Amino acid sequence: MLGLQAFFFYIFAFIAVGAAMMVVLARNPVHSVLFLILTFVAAAGLFLLAGAEFLALILIVVYVGAVAILFLFVVMMLDLDFGRMKQGAMKYAPFGLIIGLVLLAELVIAGTGSAYHPALATATAMPTPPLTEMSNIQALGHVLYTRYIFFFQLAGLILFVAMVGAIVLTLRHKQGLKRQSIPAQVARTPATAIEIRKVESGRGI
Amino acid sequence: MEIGLGHYLTVAAILFVTGVFGIFMNRKNIITILMSVELILLAVNINMVAFSAFLGDLVGQVFALFILTVAAAEAAIGLAILVVFFRNRGSIAVDDVNTMKG
Repeated sequence: MLGLQAFFFYIFAFIAVGAAMMVVLARNPVHSVLFLILTFVAAAGLFLLAGAEFLALILIVVYVGAVAILFLFVVMMLDLDFGRMKQGAMKYAPFGLIIGLVLLAELVIAGTGSAYHPALATATAMPTPPLTEMSNIQALGHVLYTRYIFFFQLAGLILFVAMVGAIVLTLRHKQGLKRQSIPAQVARTPATAIEIRKVESGRGI
Repeated sequence: MEIGLGHYLTVAAILFVTGVFGIFMNRKNIITILMSVELILLAVNINMVAFSAFLGDLVGQVFALFILTVAAAEAAIGLAILVVFFRNRGSIAVDDVNTMKG
């Protein structure tokens, strides 16, 4: 009898693997992005089953909400030639398949061939507190904001640099655009701004 | 059947290999290459979370968080470069990326 956890694990696992295949094989990049979103949602389900609730929700917020939508924007913004992109894909497929199978064989050998030392399970750096004591997000905060605070700040710096870099790269100053010049405005004096003319009655300027 | 560490590692391994295969198969399509890189990073994250859950160690989840951060930054920068390149060349075919000599 399949347990409820195993049942959901297999559902999420098959969705994740199938959607990942479709990301790679889909002809249209828009479909690829949508399948990527499905992969992330399924992976978030796997994270939930493993007990990492915070990471599961962060995965949905950050990946589905930001990264995948960014991909979608770029794919739709650029005028792409879908036909030309898929040219030669079949030529490279056998080579990629060979590389992939070799890599998979290596992973299987590494995964099944080596056993974990029994002492490893007791030598944890930061043991997970039981759920009755504190929730996953609370425990993660206790670790992240104390021992890993430096790395946390560094992650913020990386995001900052990425943000500045993306803005600098894509910012474009259009020629012939009228812009406000604050120094020129501040430097105006009545002498240069106002011109007094004597207008005779009955005649215009 | 109880779901163990091996199940998670298997899913992660398949996702990883799918990503690598995608990089080789979509040689002409740089957007799909970027998406394949995201798949690979997701596979690594699944590994981290699985080990974290089954060894009872929280550090794995902390590291997964950092990997997530780096992946988001990488996607943003990569797509920005892509947009600039498209603006300059009018195409993002990988074959055309041979003008950066000297």
